Amino acid sequence: MSDAGTYVGDTKLHLNRDHALHLLREMLRIRRFEERCAELYTEEKIRGFLHLCIGEEAIAVGTMQCLTPDDAVLATYREHGHALARGLPMTTLMAEMYGKREGCSRGRGGSMHLFDAATRFYGGNAIVGGLLPLAIGLALADKMQGRARVTACFFGEGAAAEGEFHESLNLAALWQLPVLFVCENNLYAMGTALERSESETHIFHKAQSYRIESEAVDGMDVLAIEVAARRAVAAVRAGEGPRFLECLTYRFRAHSMFDAQLYRDKAEVEVWKQKCPVLRLGHWLEETGMLDRAERARIEAEIEGELEAAEAFAEGGTWEPVEDLARDVYTEQPA
Amino acid sequence: MSAPTIETSYREAVREAIRDAIKRDPRVFLMGEDVGRYGGCYAVSKGLYDEFGPERIRDTPLSESGFTGAGIGAAMGGMRPIVEIMTVNFSLLALDQIVNNAATIRHMSGGQFSVPLVIRMATGAGRQLAAQHSHSLEGWYAHIPGIKVVAPATLEDARGMLWTALEDPDPVVIFEHVMLYNRTGPLAADAGPVAIAAAAVRRAGTDVTMITYGGSLYKTLEAAERLGDDGVAAEVIDLRSLRPLDDATVMTSVAKTHRAVIVDEGWRSGSLAAELSARIMEQAFWALDAPVGRVCSAEVPIPYPKHLEDAALPQVPVIVAAARATLGL
Repeated sequence: MSDAGTYVGDTKLHLNRDHALHLLREMLRIRRFEERCAELYTEEKIRGFLHLCIGEEAIAVGTMQCLTPDDAVLATYREHGHALARGLPMTTLMAEMYGKREGCSRGRGGSMHLFDAATRFYGGNAIVGGLLPLAIGLALADKMQGRARVTACFFGEGAAAEGEFHESLNLAALWQLPVLFVCENNLYAMGTALERSESETHIFHKAQSYRIESEAVDGMDVLAIEVAARRAVAAVRAGEGPRFLECLTYRFRAHSMFDAQLYRDKAEVEVWKQKCPVLRLGHWLEETGMLDRAERARIEAEIEGELEAAEAFAEGGTWEPVEDLARDVYTEQPA
Repeated sequence: MSAPTIETSYREAVREAIRDAIKRDPRVFLMGEDVGRYGGCYAVSKGLYDEFGPERIRDTPLSESGFTGAGIGAAMGGMRPIVEIMTVNFSLLALDQIVNNAATIRHMSGGQFSVPLVIRMATGAGRQLAAQHSHSLEGWYAHIPGIKVVAPATLEDARGMLWTALEDPDPVVIFEHVMLYNRTGPLAADAGPVAIAAAAVRRAGTDVTMITYGGSLYKTLEAAERLGDDGVAAEVIDLRSLRPLDDATVMTSVAKTHRAVIVDEGWRSGSLAAELSARIMEQAFWALDAPVGRVCSAEVPIPYPKHLEDAALPQVPVIVAAARATLGL
């Protein structure tokens, strides 16, 4: 997306001002939520691991536009963006970050384990590669029960080194399952650069070797993501088997709050920051006259209000009584 | 008057349980390596592929983590999968899915998602298959909160535990000892589902409580018979459920006999036998007249030659001696 107009053209995306602003707003919600989370982490309101997806917002936002409420979503431990884009309320999300009972996982999961049955959001999985087999099973259940639903599965390029990635891609292709694989290739598996860990650095080539239709997409371009995802989801929903998108992206922040980032150059980070998906869409909207300063300020104020409400909700939340520690280890059954 | 019985085998009882479950519930399907065309590594599912077809008797690639995780996902998606892992040895390749997903998702999601999955696997030694095909890791699995673990030892349990496990809203792992598949005997013609939570007293006695499960049950019963010949009345408890453990049945027996011996094919260190021994100490210490005895596998990778394999596993004379020791005999 180097110049205005690249978005339209040979795609089926019907881009109007409302939709473009919606995409911007969704990405900004994630950005501002995570920036606030980082602050709350230093205030020790949020503890444990905190993995921010700042810089990668376009992938979750672009893809979610193509899913219906009936579809299923699975994501990794860097999943605040996916949860927000999927429609989990910011309130219960923030309460979960705090570990409060009102959180979307009742406080049991925290940042890495966001779950929500209402939006079919199946976590929040903190074992790299561990969610891919689950996606296979959810899709298998849909196929066996004749439901035209899509299971979207988001994971990083680090997962491509795991056996579960290969087992799952094979099963999806072998059984022609309705799975959309979305690889968020941010070039680093924690601190290990892709070229230092993979002999084949084009992840979508690996997917192609399983005979899955696959493509690489500019992960910093929300509209390119939406276009590619729309095409892929339509095929998956039509029963044409799995599809695979490799989204080339970059994490602007550290891997987690404990990461000193000794493994990458600051200059490299700066280069990628110029490609920021929020900036790019914002600039384009301004250039095309779809967004002015007043509108931008209005969006930011709206999000600020949502954030304040979320934080107040989390602050006002309650702690799970210790007596309920073992609740939900097993399903309670009538005696 | 007793109900009519049929002569059957443990293998056939498991097969009948699978067939019954698939007929009863359209959500049930069997998935695993060579369960279909081949008929199952231990011939448990022989004939079911022809009867039910490739969708419901689903052959998988050698991807234990992949298809076990797929079973978890399918269970969350409304199916009632039976995942067969060929043997416990290969289940180590699926530990991530069993321990990190199946066992955690309900709790970690605040009770929003359950995993009504059944995993069956063969376990144990005795067929001279050497170290990588002879593990008894039931105790490892029983260590994990969030899953239930059962070990059917009898024909009734082989026939009846599966359906009860499938009706359970949480993941249940069923261990079938390889030395039991060929065991034959009478089974009630109308045998059906059985409760899985409680232990069973397989032989009543007053002098010593012998606690065991799975493949060691028959060795323990044989030992009890020999003890009986010497005038020692041994009570034999078949745990059946390894998680949760039925403490009440064990403690009631120990309160009566004042002596306990645990027979466990797992290695002694950190074993189910260790857990039971601790529970007896905690709950029945003042009832004991002797230290709790344990007969476990020797702490070696199970060797191939028969004489060494036999020496590594719990055997009847050792069990008899352990029981006699609690009586000062």
